[in-house]
Order: sequence, then C-alpha cells, then structure tokens
Amino acid sequence: MYRVVEQRPLAPRIREYVISAPDVARTAAPGQFVVIRLREEGERIPLTIVDTDPVAGTIVLIVQDVGKTTHEMTGIDAGGGVLRDVAGPLGNPTEIDRFGKVVCVGGGLGIAPLYPIARALAAVGNVTIGILGARSREFLFYVDRFREVLDETFITTDDGSCGRKGTTSDVLRDVLRSNDRVDRVWLIGPPIMMKVAAEITRPFGVKTVASLNPLMLDGTGMCGGCRVDVGGRIRFACVDGPEFDAHQVDFDRLISRLRYYRSEEATSLERFCARLAMSRGTDTR
Amino acid sequence: MRPIGDVAWDRHAMIRPKRVPMREQNPRDRVRNFREVALGYTPEEAVQEAERCLQCQFPTCVEGCPVHVDIPRFVGQASRGRFAGAIGTIHQQNLLPAVCGRVCPQEAQCEGTCALGRKFEPVAIGKLERFCADWSANHESDLPTVEHTPMAKTHVAVVGSGPAGLTAAAELRRLGHRVTVFELLHEPGGVLIYGIPEFRLPKAVVRREIDYLKKRGVQFRVNQVIGRTRSLQDLLGSGFDAVFLGTGAGLPRFLGIPGEQLNGVFSANELLTRTNLMRAYRFPDVDTPIRVGKRVAVIGGGNVAMDAARTALRLGAKDSSIVYRRSVEEIPARAEEVEHAQEEGVRFQLLAMPVRFLADKTDDHVTGVECVEMKLQGMDSTGRRHPVPLPGTEFILPADTVIIATGNGPHPLIPQTSPGLAVDRRGNIIADPVTGETNLAHVFAGGDIVTGAATVIEAMGAGKRAAIAIDRHISAMNPDTDPIFASRE
Repeated sequence: MYRVVEQRPLAPRIREYVISAPDVARTAAPGQFVVIRLREEGERIPLTIVDTDPVAGTIVLIVQDVGKTTHEMTGIDAGGGVLRDVAGPLGNPTEIDRFGKVVCVGGGLGIAPLYPIARALAAVGNVTIGILGARSREFLFYVDRFREVLDETFITTDDGSCGRKGTTSDVLRDVLRSNDRVDRVWLIGPPIMMKVAAEITRPFGVKTVASLNPLMLDGTGMCGGCRVDVGGRIRFACVDGPEFDAHQVDFDRLISRLRYYRSEEATSLERFCARLAMSRGTDTR
Repeated sequence: MRPIGDVAWDRHAMIRPKRVPMREQNPRDRVRNFREVALGYTPEEAVQEAERCLQCQFPTCVEGCPVHVDIPRFVGQASRGRFAGAIGTIHQQNLLPAVCGRVCPQEAQCEGTCALGRKFEPVAIGKLERFCADWSANHESDLPTVEHTPMAKTHVAVVGSGPAGLTAAAELRRLGHRVTVFELLHEPGGVLIYGIPEFRLPKAVVRREIDYLKKRGVQFRVNQVIGRTRSLQDLLGSGFDAVFLGTGAGLPRFLGIPGEQLNGVFSANELLTRTNLMRAYRFPDVDTPIRVGKRVAVIGGGNVAMDAARTALRLGAKDSSIVYRRSVEEIPARAEEVEHAQEEGVRFQLLAMPVRFLADKTDDHVTGVECVEMKLQGMDSTGRRHPVPLPGTEFILPADTVIIATGNGPHPLIPQTSPGLAVDRRGNIIADPVTGETNLAHVFAGGDIVTGAATVIEAMGAGKRAAIAIDRHISAMNPDTDPIFASRE
C-alpha cells in the first residue's frame, strides 16, 4: 500500500498527488514513470514522475481525470487514502547533459512530465527555453515554476486567454527562426502536437526528442502493448523509451493504437460514474 | 535394464494396461468458461491409479524428473490411501506440486521413462502428484505441522518469482537462509500467474503454493523492479550474501513483417497477461479490458500458442486458428495441449507462414494474414525438418485479431542495468549449467533467463541446483560459527 500524502487541484480535471513511495523516490530520475494500481480489481496505468523527495520518501504525480481510474483517483483522500500498487521507477531516464541551447515544449498535461526534465537541463547549465501550451488560461499550471528555472518561458493558449493565441508549434517555429542555433528540442504532449512539432524542427536539423505515451500494461517489457514504430523498427516505449527521436517516430500509428480500447474505456467510466451517483444518492437519504 | 527377479514382474499380470482417466469439463461447456479443464481424481481413482505402479527397485521415473521426486515412494503411499505421507514425500524435493502436477510435460520426463510405459500406458504420475497436492490443501489439519527451519543470519535475494525463483527460494529457506523474493509485478508467481491460463492452472492453486512458502518464512516483495527500483549492485551492497536471478523469458518477440503494428495484433504475452494477471475476462467488473474479434489467428505452435488460441475462444472468438510453419509432427506444444485445443474447435493451419498482415481501408485495424505455404526439407540445426516457402502459394486467412506466439526473448532489464554481467549474443545471462554461477561474484542465475524459453520444471530444476550451490558458496564464505550450518553437517 502506498499512502496518498497530499492531493490538490492544479487546473480543471488536473490534480497533483504526493504519494509515499520511498523505494521509487530514492532512485527516480527525470523522464521516468511509475505504473500504479488503485485496488485489487484495478487496472495498471503509467504516470510520469514529476518530482521526488528522497528524504521524505515521496513522489509527485500529476494526473488528468480522463478515464475510470484517473476519475476514481480524484476521490482518494489525502491522509487516509492509499494506492494498492506503485511500481517503478520505469523507463530510461532522460539523457541530461550540457547540450548548449535547448527548447522544451509541453502541451496540455505534457507540461507536468516536462518540468523535471527542463529543470534538470537548466541545472547542468543549458540555455533553456520553455514553450508551454494549453487550451486556455485555466488549464495552465506550473508556469511560475518553469519561469523560476528556465531562461525564457513562452506561453500559448488556443483561445488567447493567456500568452500568445495559437499553439506551441507556432512559437517553436519562431524560436527556431530567431535563434541561430538550437541544440536540442524536447516534446511532451498530445501525439498530434508532437507530430506537428517534429515536422517543424525537421528542416532545421535539430535533434528532437519526443516522450511517448502509448497504452501500457506491465510497463516492464513483457506485453509489447506499448510498441511504437521508430525508424521502421518496433521499439517498446517502456524499456527502450519512453523518449525517442521524434523525427523517426510514426505518430499516426501511435495515435491509431491509442484508440484501440476507446469504447471499453468509455464503458468503464460511465459505469463508474453511474455507481458513484447511486451511492451518493443513498448517502444523502 | 531392469534386473530379472524384480518383484514387480510378479505383479505384472494384474496391472491394468490403461490409466484411470481424469474427468474433464466437456469441450462444449468449457470453451465458455475459464474454469479448469481437468477436474481431478477422487481418492478412490487416485488409489486405483497408484496401484498400477510397479514399484521398480531401480526406478527410471526418478531420473526422468528434473528435481528427482521420490516417485515410487509417494505413489506407493498414495496406493495405500496415505495421502498426507505422499505429499510429505513430494515436498521433500518439490514445493510446487500442485503446479507441476498440472503443467509439467510428464510424457517427456517421469512418465516418459516409466517402466510400465514400455508395455502399457505409463502411471499417471503427474495426475497423482496433482491429486496429492490438492488433497493436502483441503486437509491441512491432517498434515504434520511444517517445521519452521530456524533463520540463519545469511540472507539471499531472489529476483523474479516464477518457477525458477520460487524453487530457489523454497530450497534456500529449507537450508536455513533468510530469503527475500523481489517481483516486479503486483503479484508473485511469474509466468504461473501472468502466462499460464486459469483453465490450465487456476490462480488459486498458485496462490496456495506461494502461501505455503510464506508460511515457511520466505518473504515476498512485489512492485520491486530490480534494475530500476534498485540495482543488482545495490542488492549486493545492502546485506544480501548472494543473489539468484530468475527473471525469465518475458520479452515478446515479434515477426518483423509488415502490418504488425496494426490494431488487433497482440503478443501472446499481452493477451495472456490481460486475461490471467488482470482477469480482463471479467471486464467491466475489473478495470482492464481485452477485446478479441470473431476470427482469431494465432501465429506459432508451442504451448503458449495453444493457450492463446484456447483463451481467444473463451473470450468470444467464433473461430480460432493456429498458423504454424511446420507440420503436426513438429508442433512443439505438448500432445495433451494440442488435443485439448482440437477438442475445443481450434483449427490448425499447418505448413503456413505469415508474410504480412492486411489492414482495413483506414490502415487502422488488421483484417487478415497473408500466408505462404511451406514444404519441409532437410534438417535444421535443431534436428527438425526445415520449412521452405513455396512461391506462388500465397493465400489470405481472414482475421480480425492476430496473436503472435512465436516465443519470448530474455527479460532485458537486469542485463541492461547490470554493468559487467556476462550475457550471450541473445541476451541470456551466461551461467554455469550446474551451479548457476555467473561471472559476477555472489550472483547466480537460472531458468529461462539463462536457457531461453523452456519448461516450468526445467526452470525449477535450475532454481534448485542454484540454491544448493548458493548454500555451499555462503557456507564457504562464513566457515566459522553459524550453529545452523554446523548442525546440518
């Protein structure tokens, strides 16, 4: 059992959880993830580790309430609540080195896993530019934290309610045009965002890394469900990734494979919400 | 050869030539549920079958058993209805009898070398082993209390809780060591839990065997991804006197042909893990889904392929076909598994090799497998006839689900994260075949991570041999004091 020490909302349907998982906290590095399970009948879902406190033995996860498990998670009380399983850290850590000038692009929930990477890149002396995008102002989070550690942070929103109106890709293109040299770009966000951004960096010949989020079961190399097509080869996001050369990734295939269980995911969530509504009805009587 | 004058010959005339069959769920019913196919013996049936044993003076069956269970002794006890004694005899060599009785390839081991088998059907040793194990689970109060081996100060880490790891753990505990088993999934058991289907090996049986080890003092830690949560070096530096690596062959291989990334194409590991470990057949009562279509093609001819094809039927497939590139004679699966699959309606597309997977209009989902017919000629390095494609014989097997069951590679995490650990070109850990010693001091390995994918009992044999070697290694390192070691000599 892994105790939920704290949880708080960051944005609509996005919450930050502090979880007691000393073994994970001790060895986790930026770019790695955990697989969690809420209870005995629960599914295993991968979540990126956003931060760790090895002394307190805690890790930070940022979760968007999109499916059954993530929805159920919002109901877990800080203090008394627990997760049944937390396994990790999984995946290869991000390669952190002094590359020169780097650009970190985060879209939507991707802002969360981008944070530890951007912070680590800044800490070793890179000139770091952040580009954070969301649908609108209310969906942005961690902006101050990025500003604290990065040299420059750009904000975009689809509706223009904060920062520049448009997408992260618009800003990325401008940044690449106005900087004589960018040494490396990180992309974390919805697959379609990463696909578009990879096409923007390609003509500039900038090495671009995308952190992929395919469906995953065990997260340890055993099921092959998370396989992605990278340069025509099958790679497993869990043990070979999760970061890959964005110019080699077949994003269309990734997007198609992410849809496979969509109807089951909807069924599961509907059922859960219906039960929740019923039990709440009973409670109030 | 058996010596003339063996008492057994005198009984020979009275022996029933055929073994007592074990009752099974009938095929039409069982394809609609995940309950165990074989229903087990009654005590009377067990006695009757056990009476067939010749009680050879020089039993060849024991040599056929990778862990050398004293088979004539336990079968003799069973024939007199002394089941508690029988399970005690088995437990001396094998702490997972309910598992082995169900999944060992006995026809190639103990039963394959049974003297009775030269003339008649061999004694159903596996079924008797299973009976004794199941009987003891229901008669715990009749069993002598397990004597709790005192704990030594020595502490061994076992990485992986499949057949190799469990056996090593059990043996090390019995030899007096403290043992901690590290498992990366949320439940121990390895392939016994995630891989072998419920209808062949109920998970309750595996849990029972693991509980038995816990009672004997073996500690289990789940969600421990050795190589990530802590490294092999960390383990050695944190008070463990030795480490046994039994991390198995968990990495699914794909074929490398076009269309393999389509939706509807799974590895057998994924299908089986969703179904067995996560119990997806109960979705939406459990959260993990699984979706198979109406027409399922399973690529491969081993036990895992049979498990996958039969699982697909139970998940609602109307048609489930094995696609195998050699003929029925070369099928590596156990005969019993092939028979069970045939009884349940699994079809066999033999001498056929997939060349690509076909996609629907949107290039999203698989719709079929393009295969080419094969012929067999010559011999390959494994002594099997070599399959060669016949150009121009391509045909399409319609399928909305394809399951790849062509074997697994070594689990990559430990080799990837353990600098200096010697592995071969396939990524298997190089270890002494007898002692399991690797090139790193205090590190031993055994089972599929060393040999490549093999059987449960072979992995158990390796786990057991390594445990004995680890015990000697530790004794040699701590020659002085420990009273437990002293008393054992």
